[in-house]
Amino acid sequence: MQYVDEFRDPDKAASLIAAINELIQKLAISRDKPLHIMEVCGGHTHAIFRYGISNMLPPEIEFVHGPGCPVCVLPMGRVDDCVAIAETPGVIFTTFGDAMRVPGSKKSLLQAKADGADIRMVYSPLDALALARDNPDREVVFFGLGFETTAPSTAFTVLQAEAEGLTNFSLFCNHITIIPTMRAILQSPELRIDGFLGPGHVSMVIGTKVYEFIAAHYKKPLVVAGFEPLDVLQSVWLVLKQIAEGRAEIENQYGRIVPPDGNKAALAAITRVFETRDFFEWRGLGSIEHSGVRMREAYVRFDAERKFAIPSLQVEDPKACECGEVLKGLIKPWQCKVFGTTCTPQTPLGALMVSSEGACAAYYQYGDLEGLRDRRAADAA
Amino acid sequence: MCLGIPGQITAISDAGRKLAMVDVSGVKREVNIACIIGDRAIEDCIGDWVLVHVGFAMSVIDEAQAAETLRILIELGEAQQEIAAMRTSGRA
Ligand code: SF4
Repeated sequence: MQYVDEFRDPDKAASLIAAINELIQKLAISRDKPLHIMEVCGGHTHAIFRYGISNMLPPEIEFVHGPGCPVCVLPMGRVDDCVAIAETPGVIFTTFGDAMRVPGSKKSLLQAKADGADIRMVYSPLDALALARDNPDREVVFFGLGFETTAPSTAFTVLQAEAEGLTNFSLFCNHITIIPTMRAILQSPELRIDGFLGPGHVSMVIGTKVYEFIAAHYKKPLVVAGFEPLDVLQSVWLVLKQIAEGRAEIENQYGRIVPPDGNKAALAAITRVFETRDFFEWRGLGSIEHSGVRMREAYVRFDAERKFAIPSLQVEDPKACECGEVLKGLIKPWQCKVFGTTCTPQTPLGALMVSSEGACAAYYQYGDLEGLRDRRAADAA
Repeated sequence: MCLGIPGQITAISDAGRKLAMVDVSGVKREVNIACIIGDRAIEDCIGDWVLVHVGFAMSVIDEAQAAETLRILIELGEAQQEIAAMRTSGRA
């Protein structure tokens, strides 16, 4: 428990861990059949590794790392689309830094930039808008990605572009939505998940009521969790407590940020600008019904998908790549054959190795690499 | 990108576009505050501590919580990235 010192309140952490152990005893969980708790959000994945939380917990609890890292679920074909737009003469392509190194089938945005495309990393979509104002003779495209945490910001940006009458700004919309994604996870026959840590900042926008079906229909507990180590521990304890008491409810551990109804202004902006797509393609997970949004007809003039000829091809992931299995929680990152050998944060083969919120990068950075390689060798033998 | 970073609203820079200056760990940046105004007059937001995601204030937090969140983000290595990104692009 080497990391416990870093806690603001080590006593609280220790008593939570004790309470968790007690519940595990009471539930008589065996080590061969651990409880599976999925942390939906990549921010939690990162915190769990950074603070060594899985090592503090008894082996009867296993985290399944969910699909909530937007960069990690970006399929190769979409990266190819970005490159195609970026390489169109006259375009300034703007993106969050996180997306720069995600491999496409031929190149990443970083490589496209090195090849001469005008690609700029921005902190905010508002920076892309400022670029459009400053460069009236160029077409400025913003690559919008993320769940409901970032979707309001791009929606507001489009509304601002409309208010200013800008004609050289467009959005390449790749926003995804959490509820259909969770529904797909819950419907997947391969998955055995006993409870969820719900995403903190997505819920800040969408609220907690929208998760009710998970408790009511699928009878799984879900606790919306904050990102501090104590938040995560407390949320795990709350999930276990529900299981021990035979309850399945939606609880909110992150009430200081997450209101039950979400953020009205943010939701209104999303609904005004975006509409649901029939299907959206995810890396490793395939196509998920209603999981993405596109721009409404009223905003077509800001829609990069209509302004540009986009290849929109589905591209298979490289053979060696097992991102899909990891994303579904079927294997652990270190069980992927290329983990830590041909696939590293410096030379990522899959997107899970790119973002600090990706499960593979987290294992690579904070895991016991030697030990994991030995385990993989032992498994293979 | 998804964790956000706390900052304090120091001034309203463009009431029409709902933009305010926010101080994030000493870096000043123009931020859209449309999501946190609620029923208030926009000037009443000055002094608020907010959680800023990609240039948008998404939630009001209290000061002690802001300090603790910042400490955690620095430990996670997230704060440095966000602040560096903000520094390179200071305007809306
Ligand atoms: S190690 Fe690389 S290729 Fe394998 S699952 Fe992780 S990111 Fe994908």
